[in-house]
Amino acid sequence: MNPILFWLFSILMLGFGISVVANRNPVASALSLVVSFFCLAALYVGLDAYVLASIQVVVYAGAVMVLFLFIIMLLDLKAEVRRKFNRLAIGGGAVVAIGFAAQLLGVLGSHPRGDQPFPALKLAEGETLSDLQKVGETLFSQHTLPFQVIGVLILVATIGVIVISKRELK
Amino acid sequence: MAYVVQRPELTFKEKAYLPSILNGLKITFGHFKKMIKGETKVTMQYPEEKWDSQLPEHYRGAPTLVKDEHDRERCVACQMCEFICPPRAITIKPEEIPSDNKFAKVEKRPREFEIDMIRCIYCGMCEEVCPEQAIYLRKDYAINGLTRAEMVHNKAKLYELGGVFAGLVHKWNPEK
Amino acid sequence: MMTLAFFNSIPWEMILWAAGKAIFVIFLVVLPLVSYTVYAERRVSAAIQDRVGPNRTGFPTTLLGFKKDLQLFLGGLGQPIADAVKFILKEDFTPGGVKQFYFWLAPCLAMLPLVSLAFIPFGSSLFGEKMVIADVNVGVLGIFAVTGCSVYAIVLAGWASNSKYPFLGGIRSSSQMIAYELSMGLSIIPILMLFGSMNLSDLVQYQADNGWLLLPLWGKGWSWERWLMLVPLGISFIIFMISVFAETNRLPFDMPESETELVAGYHTEYSSMKFALFFLGEYAAMIVGSALMVVFFFGGWSLPFIPDGNGNAAPLFQSIFGGIYALLPNWVWGLANITVFFGKVALILIFFIWVRWTLPRFRFDQLIKLGWLYLFEIALANIFLTAAVLAFTNSK
Repeated sequence: MNPILFWLFSILMLGFGISVVANRNPVASALSLVVSFFCLAALYVGLDAYVLASIQVVVYAGAVMVLFLFIIMLLDLKAEVRRKFNRLAIGGGAVVAIGFAAQLLGVLGSHPRGDQPFPALKLAEGETLSDLQKVGETLFSQHTLPFQVIGVLILVATIGVIVISKRELK
Repeated sequence: MAYVVQRPELTFKEKAYLPSILNGLKITFGHFKKMIKGETKVTMQYPEEKWDSQLPEHYRGAPTLVKDEHDRERCVACQMCEFICPPRAITIKPEEIPSDNKFAKVEKRPREFEIDMIRCIYCGMCEEVCPEQAIYLRKDYAINGLTRAEMVHNKAKLYELGGVFAGLVHKWNPEK
Repeated sequence: MMTLAFFNSIPWEMILWAAGKAIFVIFLVVLPLVSYTVYAERRVSAAIQDRVGPNRTGFPTTLLGFKKDLQLFLGGLGQPIADAVKFILKEDFTPGGVKQFYFWLAPCLAMLPLVSLAFIPFGSSLFGEKMVIADVNVGVLGIFAVTGCSVYAIVLAGWASNSKYPFLGGIRSSSQMIAYELSMGLSIIPILMLFGSMNLSDLVQYQADNGWLLLPLWGKGWSWERWLMLVPLGISFIIFMISVFAETNRLPFDMPESETELVAGYHTEYSSMKFALFFLGEYAAMIVGSALMVVFFFGGWSLPFIPDGNGNAAPLFQSIFGGIYALLPNWVWGLANITVFFGKVALILIFFIWVRWTLPRFRFDQLIKLGWLYLFEIALANIFLTAAVLAFTNSK
């Protein structure tokens, strides 16, 4: 991946990530998050992970965030705009974030394989990893159980939502 | 007494919706085909095709002034049309006919006769009220101009449009 | 030295080809197609309603000193140019109380559907170069990614206008798009199951060799297995078509801008070129939708009896007409393929227009009910039906 593009998209992604938190307007926050997702997708494309990039855009930018925006607009959150920054919360959050970043740097720096290149994947002649078939085969042969478990988990969540919303109606 | 509208029982074909859509598409396509073939009668294509030859006898176009067969202007500047005109489109400035004129016995004629065609509503009251039958609604309908001043027809223009109207004035004509 | 190495590392040839193809498709084909679709819409609607339609605006040769405007065979072919000039010359009015930034952003996003043209193979090959801008293995997913994001333009326009009718339009549009995107995606899955790849140019090549998915008449298509597959494929075609109508906000699903209820929906507050961008975006989305239908179901650029850009056709036609194919240079056939593709797109666009002037608008609750309760379930069941047919035909 071209390092210039990597740095460009990383900086954009983090910048818009900060804008999600810092913006007082909920719609602006949501849209910043969308741009952030797009930059992440661009990073995936840079790593030749086209399937992952497309799914990132389809699911997060195309569906989840549209629903988010939909809800935000319906609620018309004016109070959120007027609310002042809570200095204690900002300070606490900054401490946690800096602490986490320091720990991450420490762990990565001390990891013995930290300076080693990532081992190349074993691929047959002429095969590319971006092929959807390859992803599907991996998902359904090596990781069948986690896949099924996640499916059940999502089903549980869906049923839970329905139960809760039906109870509200009565 | 409330009147209950019975909802019609739909057959399966109607409920399935798609056959009805196809039916609708067939109808619109029929209209489309007729139009393409030129079977549909459409409105007149104005600047190329004109209605002039089919204008009815009673058509009320632009009001004009007429002269008689002796080249005398029929208008005697009685100003009845000016007073009857509902939108007040007519302005007449009368003058006396000089005594050396051939038609001196008529005594009065318009010095200026103006019809503001922006105001005119083509009602034909001027024609109806005129005792001398000097003003007629002719069949000109495409009156246009680029300025307001151009839309005011003066005497020369009105006579140019009106031309000559021969014969007796009705009120002197025992046959009419 | 460092910069030179970097300069050399950039694949200039590929970038130039991609840029050339993008310029060709967008500026020379799609934008004129958009403006003439608007013209066709007006002429066809006029013919359906027993009117004449715009048949006067010729090419303004009077401006160059000629006596009359140039009128070509139908008359009125200069209408799109006049429309564009009118849009540019109109006052660009921004109402007070709008959210400025988003108000400007929304029309820009409205042109997003054009991005998905990058994945669509619009021709076989020309001078050995494949006629698709981005020949990637995830073409289908890419297109869905772009169409999924095109709702932002409408939602933002509705919200930023700070006015009730655009807001209602935006809300309607987002719920409608979410509802129909699902059935649209699910209706494509049977094709992917049959074909086993997401590369659109391979899909079209397969159809060129083995018969269109909805017209399997030659190659491997001439078999009872493929004719049996017509059942699930026909169902997915109908669902896909209805979903495309809903996704592009065309009648009978033009809820977001239903004139009789919401003035003009999400673009009520927009004027001049900003409105024109929404207009263009809508018709561009229509063209993308038709192009998808052509690629998925009607064989893309392929037409029996016409070979691809390398002078190869399906074996059946190659054996009969092979001599004729060799008479003309290959680039002629390549251009013929591009023409065939856009010809098919134009036919489907005419169908879009035809449907628009036939059907009345749905009620909004009916629309959502149709999307969630019928099309979604049918599309889901259709996947199982396809699987059953595939299993049945493979076991034989």
